[in-house]
Amino acid sequence: MLVREYQPSLVRVARMYVPTQVAAEEVAAETWLAVLNGLDRFEGRSSLRTWIFRILTNIAKTRAVRDGRTLPFSALQEPGRVPEAAVDADRFLDPEHPRWPGHWAAKPQPWPEDALLASETRSRLAEAIDALPATQRAVISLRDIEGWSSEEVRNALDLSETNQRVLLHRARSKVRAALEDYLNEAGA
Amino acid sequence: MNGQFEQLSCQELVELVTDYLEGMLLEEERLRFDEHIGRCDGCDVYLEQMRLTVSMLGHVPKDALSPEAEQELIAAFRGWRAS
Repeated sequence: MLVREYQPSLVRVARMYVPTQVAAEEVAAETWLAVLNGLDRFEGRSSLRTWIFRILTNIAKTRAVRDGRTLPFSALQEPGRVPEAAVDADRFLDPEHPRWPGHWAAKPQPWPEDALLASETRSRLAEAIDALPATQRAVISLRDIEGWSSEEVRNALDLSETNQRVLLHRARSKVRAALEDYLNEAGA
Repeated sequence: MNGQFEQLSCQELVELVTDYLEGMLLEEERLRFDEHIGRCDGCDVYLEQMRLTVSMLGHVPKDALSPEAEQELIAAFRGWRAS
Protein backbone atom coordinates (compact mmCIF):
# COMPACT_ATOMS: atom_id res chain seq x y z
CA MET A 1 0.00 0.00 0.00
CA LEU A 2 0.88 3.61 -0.45
CA VAL A 3 2.08 4.31 3.06
CA ARG A 4 4.26 1.27 3.40
CA GLU A 5 5.83 1.95 0.02
CA TYR A 6 6.65 5.61 0.55
CA GLN A 7 7.22 5.98 4.27
CA PRO A 8 10.94 5.04 4.33
CA SER A 9 11.72 7.38 1.45
CA LEU A 10 9.71 10.19 3.00
CA VAL A 11 11.66 9.90 6.22
CA ARG A 12 15.00 9.82 4.37
CA VAL A 13 14.15 12.88 2.35
CA ALA A 14 12.85 14.72 5.42
CA ARG A 15 16.22 14.07 7.06
CA MET A 16 17.76 16.41 4.50
CA TYR A 17 15.95 19.25 6.24
CA VAL A 18 15.48 18.32 9.88
CA PRO A 19 18.19 17.29 12.29
CA THR A 20 16.81 14.15 13.89
CA GLN A 21 15.14 10.91 12.93
CA VAL A 22 12.23 11.67 15.25
CA ALA A 23 11.65 15.06 13.63
CA ALA A 24 11.82 13.42 10.19
CA GLU A 25 9.19 10.87 11.21
CA GLU A 26 6.95 13.68 12.45
CA VAL A 27 7.36 15.48 9.14
CA ALA A 28 6.40 12.29 7.32
CA ALA A 29 3.33 11.87 9.53
CA GLU A 30 2.27 15.46 8.86
CA THR A 31 2.74 14.80 5.18
CA TRP A 32 0.35 11.85 5.27
CA LEU A 33 -2.25 13.99 6.98
CA ALA A 34 -1.90 16.61 4.25
CA VAL A 35 -2.06 13.92 1.59
CA LEU A 36 -5.19 12.40 3.11
CA ASN A 37 -6.81 15.80 3.30
CA GLY A 38 -5.93 16.70 -0.24
CA LEU A 39 -6.34 13.39 -2.00
CA ASP A 40 -9.85 14.08 -3.28
CA ARG A 41 -8.58 17.31 -4.79
CA PHE A 42 -5.54 15.69 -6.36
CA GLU A 43 -6.00 16.23 -10.06
CA GLY A 44 -3.36 13.97 -11.44
CA ARG A 45 -1.49 16.77 -13.17
CA SER A 46 1.70 15.47 -11.65
CA SER A 47 2.33 11.91 -10.57
CA LEU A 48 1.05 11.02 -7.14
CA ARG A 49 4.59 10.38 -5.99
CA THR A 50 5.79 13.79 -7.14
CA TRP A 51 2.84 15.44 -5.43
CA ILE A 52 3.46 13.63 -2.14
CA PHE A 53 7.13 14.58 -2.12
CA ARG A 54 6.38 18.20 -2.89
CA ILE A 55 4.12 18.28 0.12
CA LEU A 56 6.84 16.64 2.19
CA THR A 57 9.60 19.05 1.24
CA ASN A 58 7.34 22.02 1.96
CA ILE A 59 6.43 20.71 5.38
CA ALA A 60 10.06 19.84 6.12
CA LYS A 61 11.28 23.30 5.12
CA THR A 62 8.59 24.98 7.20
CA ARG A 63 9.49 22.81 10.15
CA ALA A 64 13.19 23.58 9.76
CA VAL A 65 12.47 27.29 9.83
CA ARG A 66 10.14 26.96 12.80
CA ASP A 67 12.83 25.06 14.71
CA GLY A 68 15.20 27.94 14.01
CA ARG A 69 17.38 25.80 11.86
CA THR A 70 18.96 27.91 9.20
CA LEU A 71 18.32 26.18 5.98
CA PRO A 72 21.51 25.83 4.06
CA PHE A 73 19.63 26.21 0.83
CA SER A 74 22.63 26.50 -1.37
CA ALA A 75 24.16 23.53 0.40
CA LEU A 76 20.93 21.61 -0.02
CA GLN A 77 20.61 22.31 -3.67
CA GLU A 78 24.19 22.26 -4.73
CA PRO A 79 26.66 19.51 -4.15
CA GLY A 80 29.19 22.11 -3.11
CA ARG A 81 31.91 23.85 -4.97
CA VAL A 82 34.75 21.99 -3.35
CA PRO A 83 35.27 18.91 -5.45
CA GLU A 84 35.32 15.67 -3.53
CA ALA A 85 37.53 13.03 -5.07
CA ALA A 86 35.89 9.69 -5.81
CA VAL A 87 39.16 8.02 -4.87
CA ASP A 88 41.87 9.44 -2.59
CA ALA A 89 44.55 11.26 -4.57
CA ASP A 90 47.25 9.20 -2.88
CA ARG A 91 46.02 6.11 -4.70
CA PHE A 92 47.33 7.65 -7.93
CA LEU A 93 50.73 8.60 -9.28
CA ASP A 94 51.43 12.30 -9.51
CA PRO A 95 49.62 14.10 -12.36
CA GLU A 96 53.09 15.34 -13.38
CA HIS A 97 54.57 11.86 -13.38
CA PRO A 98 56.79 11.66 -16.48
CA ARG A 99 55.60 8.29 -17.66
CA TRP A 100 52.30 7.44 -15.99
CA PRO A 101 50.59 10.68 -14.95
CA GLY A 102 47.51 10.07 -12.83
CA HIS A 103 47.69 6.30 -13.13
CA TRP A 104 46.93 3.94 -10.27
CA ALA A 105 49.74 3.69 -7.78
CA ALA A 106 47.72 1.16 -5.80
CA LYS A 107 45.13 -0.29 -8.12
CA PRO A 108 41.90 -1.82 -6.86
CA GLN A 109 41.94 -5.55 -6.30
CA PRO A 110 38.98 -7.71 -7.33
CA TRP A 111 36.64 -8.43 -4.46
CA PRO A 112 36.23 -11.98 -3.22
CA GLU A 113 32.82 -13.01 -4.54
CA ASP A 114 31.73 -15.04 -1.55
CA ALA A 115 32.39 -12.10 0.78
CA LEU A 116 29.92 -9.92 -1.13
CA LEU A 117 26.97 -11.88 0.17
CA ALA A 118 28.20 -12.09 3.75
CA SER A 119 26.04 -10.38 6.32
CA GLU A 120 29.04 -8.48 7.66
CA THR A 121 29.54 -6.93 4.22
CA ARG A 122 25.90 -5.92 4.15
CA SER A 123 26.15 -4.22 7.49
CA ARG A 124 29.25 -2.33 6.31
CA LEU A 125 27.21 -1.24 3.33
CA ALA A 126 24.43 0.02 5.61
CA GLU A 127 26.96 1.86 7.77
CA ALA A 128 28.47 3.50 4.72
CA ILE A 129 25.06 4.79 3.66
CA ASP A 130 24.35 6.11 7.14
CA ALA A 131 27.66 7.94 7.19
CA LEU A 132 26.84 9.96 4.05
CA PRO A 133 25.77 13.61 4.21
CA ALA A 134 21.96 13.82 4.18
CA THR A 135 21.60 14.99 0.58
CA GLN A 136 23.85 12.25 -0.76
CA ARG A 137 22.07 9.69 1.39
CA ALA A 138 18.67 10.77 0.10
CA VAL A 139 19.76 10.58 -3.54
CA ILE A 140 21.49 7.20 -3.31
CA SER A 141 18.62 5.74 -1.30
CA LEU A 142 15.98 6.78 -3.77
CA ARG A 143 17.99 5.87 -6.85
CA ASP A 144 19.76 2.68 -5.88
CA ILE A 145 17.81 1.23 -2.97
CA GLU A 146 14.31 2.28 -4.01
CA GLY A 147 15.05 2.09 -7.71
CA TRP A 148 13.65 5.47 -8.75
CA SER A 149 14.59 7.06 -12.06
CA SER A 150 16.82 10.10 -12.05
CA GLU A 151 13.89 12.21 -13.21
CA GLU A 152 11.72 11.11 -10.31
CA VAL A 153 14.52 11.88 -7.85
CA ARG A 154 15.09 15.30 -9.40
CA ASN A 155 11.42 16.13 -9.11
CA ALA A 156 11.05 14.87 -5.58
CA LEU A 157 14.15 16.63 -4.29
CA ASP A 158 13.97 19.62 -6.57
CA LEU A 159 17.47 19.08 -7.92
CA SER A 160 18.93 19.89 -11.30
CA GLU A 161 20.01 16.98 -13.43
CA THR A 162 23.68 17.79 -12.90
CA ASN A 163 23.36 18.12 -9.14
CA GLN A 164 21.45 14.88 -8.87
CA ARG A 165 24.24 13.14 -10.75
CA VAL A 166 27.04 14.75 -8.75
CA LEU A 167 25.38 13.77 -5.47
CA LEU A 168 24.83 10.23 -6.74
CA HIS A 169 28.44 10.02 -7.88
CA ARG A 170 29.82 11.15 -4.55
CA ALA A 171 27.55 8.83 -2.64
CA ARG A 172 28.31 5.75 -4.75
CA SER A 173 32.03 6.49 -4.75
CA LYS A 174 32.11 6.68 -0.96
CA VAL A 175 30.10 3.52 -0.52
CA ARG A 176 32.44 1.69 -2.91
CA ALA A 177 35.46 2.99 -1.01
CA ALA A 178 34.00 1.78 2.29
CA LEU A 179 33.35 -1.66 0.83
CA GLU A 180 36.86 -1.75 -0.56
CA ASP A 181 38.36 -0.88 2.82
CA TYR A 182 36.45 -3.68 4.42
CA LEU A 183 36.85 -6.32 1.72
CA ASN A 184 40.57 -5.78 1.24
CA GLU A 185 41.11 -5.97 4.94
CA ALA A 186 38.98 -9.12 5.15
CA GLY A 187 40.74 -10.70 2.17
CA ALA A 188 44.22 -9.84 3.43
CA MET B 1 42.84 6.66 -32.38
CA ASN B 2 43.77 9.17 -29.73
CA GLY B 3 47.06 10.87 -29.22
CA GLN B 4 48.77 10.41 -25.86
CA PHE B 5 47.55 13.86 -25.03
CA GLU B 6 43.88 13.08 -25.12
CA GLN B 7 43.98 9.88 -23.15
CA LEU B 8 42.16 9.80 -19.87
CA SER B 9 44.22 9.18 -16.79
CA CYS B 10 42.92 6.70 -14.22
CA GLN B 11 42.37 9.58 -11.81
CA GLU B 12 40.17 11.32 -14.39
CA LEU B 13 38.33 8.15 -15.29
CA VAL B 14 37.08 7.41 -11.78
CA GLU B 15 35.30 10.78 -11.79
CA LEU B 16 33.42 9.85 -14.98
CA VAL B 17 32.12 6.48 -13.86
CA THR B 18 28.67 7.68 -12.80
CA ASP B 19 28.23 9.73 -15.96
CA TYR B 20 29.27 6.63 -17.89
CA LEU B 21 26.84 4.33 -16.08
CA GLU B 22 24.08 6.93 -16.46
CA GLY B 23 24.70 7.13 -20.19
CA MET B 24 25.53 10.81 -19.94
CA LEU B 25 28.95 10.87 -21.59
CA LEU B 26 29.27 12.39 -25.02
CA GLU B 27 30.12 9.93 -27.74
CA GLU B 28 33.77 10.93 -27.83
CA GLU B 29 34.15 10.76 -24.05
CA ARG B 30 32.51 7.36 -24.00
CA LEU B 31 34.93 6.07 -26.60
CA ARG B 32 37.89 7.33 -24.60
CA PHE B 33 36.39 5.74 -21.49
CA ASP B 34 35.85 2.37 -23.16
CA GLU B 35 39.28 2.50 -24.73
CA HIS B 36 40.89 3.13 -21.35
CA ILE B 37 38.94 0.34 -19.64
CA GLY B 38 40.08 -2.03 -22.37
CA ARG B 39 43.73 -1.52 -21.58
CA CYS B 40 43.74 -0.82 -17.85
CA ASP B 41 43.24 -3.59 -15.28
CA GLY B 42 42.93 -1.19 -12.36
CA CYS B 43 40.10 0.81 -13.96
CA ASP B 44 38.40 -2.33 -15.21
CA VAL B 45 38.27 -3.62 -11.64
CA TYR B 46 37.20 -0.19 -10.39
CA LEU B 47 34.27 0.00 -12.81
CA GLU B 48 33.23 -3.52 -11.88
CA GLN B 49 33.31 -2.54 -8.20
CA MET B 50 31.07 0.44 -8.87
CA ARG B 51 28.64 -1.86 -10.68
CA LEU B 52 28.75 -4.33 -7.80
CA THR B 53 28.16 -1.50 -5.35
CA VAL B 54 25.04 -0.36 -7.21
CA SER B 55 23.80 -3.92 -7.48
CA MET B 56 24.34 -4.55 -3.76
CA LEU B 57 22.46 -1.35 -2.97
CA GLY B 58 19.55 -2.75 -4.95
CA HIS B 59 19.38 -5.62 -2.48
CA VAL B 60 19.43 -3.55 0.68
CA PRO B 61 16.15 -4.23 2.46
CA LYS B 62 13.98 -1.13 2.44
CA ASP B 63 13.61 0.12 5.98
CA ALA B 64 10.67 -1.56 7.52
CA LEU B 65 8.25 0.64 9.37
CA SER B 66 8.02 -0.16 13.03
CA PRO B 67 4.86 -2.25 13.53
CA GLU B 68 3.38 0.44 15.78
CA ALA B 69 3.96 3.19 13.24
CA GLU B 70 2.52 1.03 10.53
CA GLN B 71 -0.63 0.25 12.54
CA GLU B 72 -1.06 3.91 13.29
CA LEU B 73 -0.82 4.85 9.64
CA ILE B 74 -3.14 2.08 8.55
CA ALA B 75 -5.66 3.18 11.16
CA ALA B 76 -5.40 6.77 9.94
CA PHE B 77 -5.98 5.61 6.40
CA ARG B 78 -9.01 3.53 7.35
CA GLY B 79 -10.43 6.40 9.37
CA TRP B 80 -10.07 8.67 6.40
CA ARG B 81 -11.65 6.22 3.99
CA ALA B 82 -14.59 5.64 6.27
CA SER B 83 -15.24 9.34 6.71
